[in-house]
Amino acid sequence: MAFTRRKMLILGSASFATAAFAGLPAFADLTDDAITAITGGADIGEDGITLTAPEIAENGNTVPVEVSAPGATSIALFASGNPTPAVATFNFGPLAGSQSGATRIRLAKTQDVVAIATMADGSFQRASVTVKVTIGGCGG
Amino acid sequence: MAENVRPRVRVPKTAAAGEVITIKSLISHKMESGQRKDGDGNVIPRSIINRFVCAFNGEVVIDVTLEAAVSTNPFFEFEAVVPEAGDFTFTWYDDDGSVYEETKSIAIA
Amino acid sequence: MKLQNAIAAAAILSFAGTMSFAQDDNELSVDGQLISTEADAPAHMENVGTVYSGWRFRSEDTQAMQMDDFDNSGFVFVDDGLSLMASVDGSEGKSCASCHENVEDFAGLKAKLPRVNDSGELETMEELVNTCRTERMGAEPWKYSGSQMTAVTAVIGLQSRGMPIDVAIDGPAASFWERGQELYYARVGQLDLSCANCHEDNYGTMIRADHLSQGQINGFPTYRLKNAKLNGVHNRFSGCMKNVRAEPYADGSDEFKALELYLASRGTGLSVETPSVRN
Repeated sequence: MAFTRRKMLILGSASFATAAFAGLPAFADLTDDAITAITGGADIGEDGITLTAPEIAENGNTVPVEVSAPGATSIALFASGNPTPAVATFNFGPLAGSQSGATRIRLAKTQDVVAIATMADGSFQRASVTVKVTIGGCGG
Repeated sequence: MAENVRPRVRVPKTAAAGEVITIKSLISHKMESGQRKDGDGNVIPRSIINRFVCAFNGEVVIDVTLEAAVSTNPFFEFEAVVPEAGDFTFTWYDDDGSVYEETKSIAIA
Repeated sequence: MKLQNAIAAAAILSFAGTMSFAQDDNELSVDGQLISTEADAPAHMENVGTVYSGWRFRSEDTQAMQMDDFDNSGFVFVDDGLSLMASVDGSEGKSCASCHENVEDFAGLKAKLPRVNDSGELETMEELVNTCRTERMGAEPWKYSGSQMTAVTAVIGLQSRGMPIDVAIDGPAASFWERGQELYYARVGQLDLSCANCHEDNYGTMIRADHLSQGQINGFPTYRLKNAKLNGVHNRFSGCMKNVRAEPYADGSDEFKALELYLASRGTGLSVETPSVRN
């Protein structure tokens, strides 16, 4: 009996894992498309950009985020799990004191917030943070 | 004109020539995302601030494109170089065509 | 069996790992001014030793928003309130500012409300505003929890920021206070819960994903992240009652006014934090 149950459990987990993998949300593709539209498919580095966002958002309606990429001409923010992934693009002018910015965004659910920086030399940088968004217990 | 839209900005009153200062901006705006439905089940159309520009004596500091995922009452914090005395202008562009503006002067200490 | 147990244990551990319990020890300072967020519980609270402001139960990001009067988006509505107070309205051709020239003169008022007036009625700040509007300005009363009222009560409440809550609960206030206490401990709604079940018996714990506070009202009207605007205290009571699937009393009703007095008394010694930032 024990042997049969163990086998079922293993089979069950395997098929569950496959189903989960196959059913990746379409929003992630929209984000990838948007990123490719910026980079043209070029390689993306990871060292030159920092993205700060809370691990758990107190409320998905107002989530503080901050992004910084010294030497960037612009930074685009995406919420890969939102119905529309595009969030905002910071374009830095000649009088920008630094290539950084902070704002507050809406996240529909737990997801990755992604930042893509276009650098002055034409290269790209990427950072990503997973933010957990919960439905409040009683905040209503 | 969206109702009751009020800008609010914080700029130091003075700075040394060439100093980097922190600027904060806010505008009270619903940022209707286009995701919500009304009582009859009809989608409430998107109506947001879609662009924010800060310039100093005519030169751009930052130009932000906003989408519906920016929270109600869009808030931005960023840095600017102050080469000389002058005026910071802040402009917000609304989907409905309205343009909201605020100006803050800064002196060189 | 061992595999199933291991999976169950891992699930429970990972779930618990993301939570923090009880209130934290952070200190609230706004633009450099330290504001106390705890006090010894008043004598009439038998089951609670220390009272804590709701600020102590929020995430650090939310706390940070209240520590700067610009990051605190409630202030754009305080600006609205100042504008409203300067605008002429009503048959008498007056604005609030026509009589109340210096808004700073309201210092101390919020800390003492609600209170019983000379006619023996319990009055809240919203009622004081509407009485002025109807009887002295010849203007229409504002909706009790509408945006104009929350903007102006935020301006008035702000003048008492940092001052300790100090409402009278004896003498003429006693009967209202007792009614409020009754309401606080009464189970209501399909979920059959009283205010006390969450906010006295279980503050500091998680209710699903919300970190339960003591339900103090020292920061109202409060800027809530959930709806990105100022919210009045009766509106919050209403929301809480709906959350337990009870039919809420009306904003401005005798029940909510009595409850407001009782709740204010449970926060005796806490600082006014209007306009606070909460979930």
